[in-house]
Amino acid sequence: MASNSSGGGSSDRQRIAQQRLRIIAGHLQGPVDGDSAILAAECKAQGSKTDVCREGKTVPRRRQEIMKWNGWGYSDSKFLFNKKGQAEFTGKRYRLSGMIIPGLKDWMEGTFGANLQHKTPATPLLTSSAVQPATLNKAFLEELKSTGIPFSHDAEDRVFRAHGHCLHEIFALREGKFGRVPDMVVWPNCHNDVVKIVELACKHNVCVIPYGGGTSVSSALECPPEETRSIVSLDTSQMNRILWIDEKNLTAHVEAGIVGQDLERLLNESGYCTGHEPDSMEFSSLGGWVATRASGMKKNIYGNIEDLVIHIRMVTPRGVIEKSCQGPRMSTGPDIHHFIMGSEGTLGVVTEVTMKIRPMPEYQKYGSVVFPNFEQGVACLREVAKQRCAPASIRLMDNEQFKFGHALKPQVSSIFTSFLDGLKTFYITKFKGFDPNRLCVATLLFEGDREKVLQHEKQVYDIAAKFGGLAAGEDNGQRGYMLTFVIAYLRDLGMDYYVIGESFETSVPWDRVLDICRNVKARIIQECKDKGVQFPPLSTCRVTQTYDTGACVYFYFAFNYRGLSDPVHVYEQVEHAAREEILANGGSLSHHHGVGKLRKEWMRDTVSNVGVGMLKSVKDYVDPDNIFGNRNLL
Amino acid sequence: LAQLAVQLHRDPMLKKRDDFEDMLEERRNSSDLRYALRCYTPVLYKGLAPCKASMLKSMVLQSDQLHHVIGQVSRETGRAADDVQEEASAILEEMAHCLQLSTVRFFAFTLSKVFKTLFRSICVNEEGIQRLQQAIQEHPVVLLPSHRSYMDFLLMSYILYTYDIALPVIAAGMDFMGMKFVGEMLRMSGAFFIRRSFGGDKLYWSVFSEYVKTMLKNGFAPVEFFLEGTRSRTSKSLTPKLGLLNIVMDPYLKGEVYDINVVPVSISYERILEEALYAREMLGVPKPKESTSGLFKARKVLSEDYGSIHVYFGQPVSVRSLAQGRVNRCQFNLVPRHIPRRPSEEIQSFVNDSAYRLVRAQEENMVLKPWVLLASLLLQNHHQDQTAGQKRGMVLEELTAQAVWLRDMFREYGAFLHWPGMNTVLKVVSSSLSLHRGLVRVCGQVKPGEPHSTVTPEEELLSQAVIVLSCASYRNQGLHVFLRPALLASAINAASSNLKQEVFNSFSFLRNMFSNEFILCPGATVQDFEEACYLLVKTGALQVTQQELLVTERGQRTVAFLTSMLDPFLQGYQVVCRFLCEEATENLTEKQFVPAVRKFIIKHLLAGRLRYTEVLSSDLQKNSLAALLRLGAVQKIKSRSESFNTALLRLGAVQKIKA
Repeated sequence: MASNSSGGGSSDRQRIAQQRLRIIAGHLQGPVDGDSAILAAECKAQGSKTDVCREGKTVPRRRQEIMKWNGWGYSDSKFLFNKKGQAEFTGKRYRLSGMIIPGLKDWMEGTFGANLQHKTPATPLLTSSAVQPATLNKAFLEELKSTGIPFSHDAEDRVFRAHGHCLHEIFALREGKFGRVPDMVVWPNCHNDVVKIVELACKHNVCVIPYGGGTSVSSALECPPEETRSIVSLDTSQMNRILWIDEKNLTAHVEAGIVGQDLERLLNESGYCTGHEPDSMEFSSLGGWVATRASGMKKNIYGNIEDLVIHIRMVTPRGVIEKSCQGPRMSTGPDIHHFIMGSEGTLGVVTEVTMKIRPMPEYQKYGSVVFPNFEQGVACLREVAKQRCAPASIRLMDNEQFKFGHALKPQVSSIFTSFLDGLKTFYITKFKGFDPNRLCVATLLFEGDREKVLQHEKQVYDIAAKFGGLAAGEDNGQRGYMLTFVIAYLRDLGMDYYVIGESFETSVPWDRVLDICRNVKARIIQECKDKGVQFPPLSTCRVTQTYDTGACVYFYFAFNYRGLSDPVHVYEQVEHAAREEILANGGSLSHHHGVGKLRKEWMRDTVSNVGVGMLKSVKDYVDPDNIFGNRNLL
Repeated sequence: LAQLAVQLHRDPMLKKRDDFEDMLEERRNSSDLRYALRCYTPVLYKGLAPCKASMLKSMVLQSDQLHHVIGQVSRETGRAADDVQEEASAILEEMAHCLQLSTVRFFAFTLSKVFKTLFRSICVNEEGIQRLQQAIQEHPVVLLPSHRSYMDFLLMSYILYTYDIALPVIAAGMDFMGMKFVGEMLRMSGAFFIRRSFGGDKLYWSVFSEYVKTMLKNGFAPVEFFLEGTRSRTSKSLTPKLGLLNIVMDPYLKGEVYDINVVPVSISYERILEEALYAREMLGVPKPKESTSGLFKARKVLSEDYGSIHVYFGQPVSVRSLAQGRVNRCQFNLVPRHIPRRPSEEIQSFVNDSAYRLVRAQEENMVLKPWVLLASLLLQNHHQDQTAGQKRGMVLEELTAQAVWLRDMFREYGAFLHWPGMNTVLKVVSSSLSLHRGLVRVCGQVKPGEPHSTVTPEEELLSQAVIVLSCASYRNQGLHVFLRPALLASAINAASSNLKQEVFNSFSFLRNMFSNEFILCPGATVQDFEEACYLLVKTGALQVTQQELLVTERGQRTVAFLTSMLDPFLQGYQVVCRFLCEEATENLTEKQFVPAVRKFIIKHLLAGRLRYTEVLSSDLQKNSLAALLRLGAVQKIKSRSESFNTALLRLGAVQKIKA
């Protein structure tokens, strides 16, 4: 998405044409020679020899060069209110970049009771002196030096790897508060480097916490405060090469530190894609996906990470675990991949992954449907799932979120467009009688060859029509997806004005979808009231994935915390209550964010005593000394 | 147990209660017709427009639950699914209400007329009405009025109509349907009818529960039913029935609604319309079958004065908050929610506890009239006379003086007493007495009314018993205020020493014994004991030391009064035990029990061996039998020769009840 969006919307057709050309070129070229040989050779040879990929790596070792230390994403991209009091999004990276968003101010004031006069600016600079001094394990350090693997115990580097993007983590950073942070950071360059580091860690009893993209929202990256050993953050970001592409079998062998946008872009250059697009794909890494059982927006076509992975290599304190072949399916006892996927860094470091790839889609088309109410929308999604004709992505936003999306409409340049918008609104609310306070929108993304997409589109719109849905244009659809990439930036803006918030997800059987949405939203509102929040909170949800038997539901929750002495605590209590409500309504503990430390307390109820025992015995065997001591999951 | 008193207890004196407004006042001053035809626009659940009654039916018939059960029944019985579906549809037809505003308006008009003749005032707490209005907008609402009279549900709808609140749908017993025309009228004013028993009938149960749930979930209207299941003939609250409460809580437990507000409503009558009817019924004259002609005969009722009614809408109770930490709702995660299942033990005990809490909430807000005090005093006096073999009655001045003493005691114990403040005590007493002149007469002396022209001693006894039982039912209205202290007072009397442990044991025995008789929450013995101690200590009747409980000098009178409150019940249980020991044979059936025990009691009463005429109450006899069954002193045996319902009673070791 992000890579697409930088091009701007004007040249869609052009871009598609280019893509097709590239695919054809890729086919003519044939497989890249000699990659297996390269793999076996020195792994520090990055850039010097013929990796499939050569340049344009997004993530430098010093993340601070391009990314915020106390907020989401790139330093150059942020929302702010300009001198005229209008919201604008800075930078050049996104479609929204450089644009004025006239509706945002009113929306923030109306929704949260926020006020531009009441600011809560973040601590501007990271003061290294506020960071705990590093506890270094001398012997480990000495031996590590001799391997030549780069490392650092600079305070900035350590702070960057001490957190994910949970609200409490970012809130603390903005206040310039740091808890336990890793004592040093190492940047292995390849699988063998990782093997060496883990060996040394075992030898010297050092705690290792793997770090990929740092986009965790489960407190998984938080260093356990009770950990007395030296903590080493193992940053995989430099292990970011595609080692080979196998076009006969449609697989690619990739180092696990590569971030989503690089993987997609590099594969695109060869005419392929993985189709795995989690909302965090700009920054999250392949290894992280594997370790948390990630899910991508287009899973309806490409599958979730567990469907995409063919082979995994993981370094554990006991040695390297991997399968001996690449058979598409095996009956060889419980699938060992399933011990690895979702292990959340408690067993080892994923270093290399073989993934399915697909030729790039020839044609992409966004779409949207307006429903008179959320109930009808859910009924439609359920029908689409029943007929197994879900497009690459189909998401249903509730009314509050629809309004939110509306508030993010950039300023329109021509009177004609705004006139058209007015007409559309008139048609839907007056002519069709939709209540603007109840209607909701589904956004769609179709992919494939042109003819099939058009056919597919018709099928979906026909189903939607049965549930009172009206097609509402490509534009609305595209804006819906854009929202997922900028929402994390928006949170930073909110935090400048006393508004804190977060999203969380669950998966739930179809018959429970409406109930869970209603009850969790109501619980959030009630808890906020009970906990003394002075302003009505934003409590909204959307259905983001459909399955045969159920759906994935996302909740967004934010409130204005003026008047509260400990807003983060209140926030955590409310989120906790919301999770209890989710579980009481038949929802899962997590669909794809994982458990981390944030949701650990519910693990036993979720997988039963025996289940916890099984996982524990695996941990005890693989990592008896708790080298991978992030204490996630169990 | 060690740390008694102090903690926990709110001071009963400080109970905050709302003020009342007389809603009849306006009716007396403005046109009833205009009132009946006025614009009625109640606020609705989440502002949704309610669907039609017919729409409701089709929603029920199309529900997953009913489909499932129809399939099941058809498989089990081999009948065609269509056939079963038709039966379901017929059941629903028989059951469903068809609320019509025109009928409601008709009732509004007629009832205005009737109420104005019957009652001096109908007092309602308007704050409660406002709370209810709020509650209806937020969550589905269940109304739980107390049940003392047929009047109750007409009265409820009348009040809600008056205050522009959504009219409830009311679960009513099928027996009303016997009254052809009236039944249909009630149906059109929101009553729906359920059979009294449908134990094994899966289909019936399914239609019924789905119907109630559908109305509740869609916020169609507040659902109203009587937690006590039937009218209490004794004015004591009855042990709550759990069936409907289970059904209305289900949508919350299964996550189909966010929450449900349950509103206990306490309706207190100064004089109950069915007063004498109840007493006769308990003495063995069977309840007249509800019939339209019967209703017209009851017209003479219209010419009498029934004093005032107080209706108190209690604080809405959120089912969610009741269930907080009590029920793990995840238990519904693994089976589709539309498949009916027996509630788990956890849920059964939760619903049971909630039911008790709600009945207690009803009790707490029952308004007590001065007559309740007078009835208690007169009865106690009557019993003393009885023992002394005299028929003296009571001097009015003495009654007045005692009434003042008792009034202050009621207040100290936190009773919701309605004592007209402007009048002198004597005036209050006289006005009460004159309202109840059917039961007492002032003739220089006051005493319970004398029966006239009796033939046999047995008939004399019975007609006197009618009066006594009526008086007792008024006394019972105030019983809940003193129940726990009275149990303690009796326990102190019965215990062999003043040791705290002994007294507690004796308290615990009595409490257990009486838990079919009174509303005593299961498992709350220690709490109740502490509450009783706290109240008696606070009022200076009791001293609690480390080891002992001592009745103080000035506490003697209180303790004596409290003990004699429970005395009739104790004697009733004793006499049932004696009957079972002396007369019961191997093949005593449940049906024969009440007549047999009645005969036994009459014999003893006539012989002067029993003090309390009250023990003739069949309610008391049934309760004591139930208690003995529960305690395992008596066993029920299913006999082969008899029909399914009859059972043999065999006497186990009859518990010794201390005198």
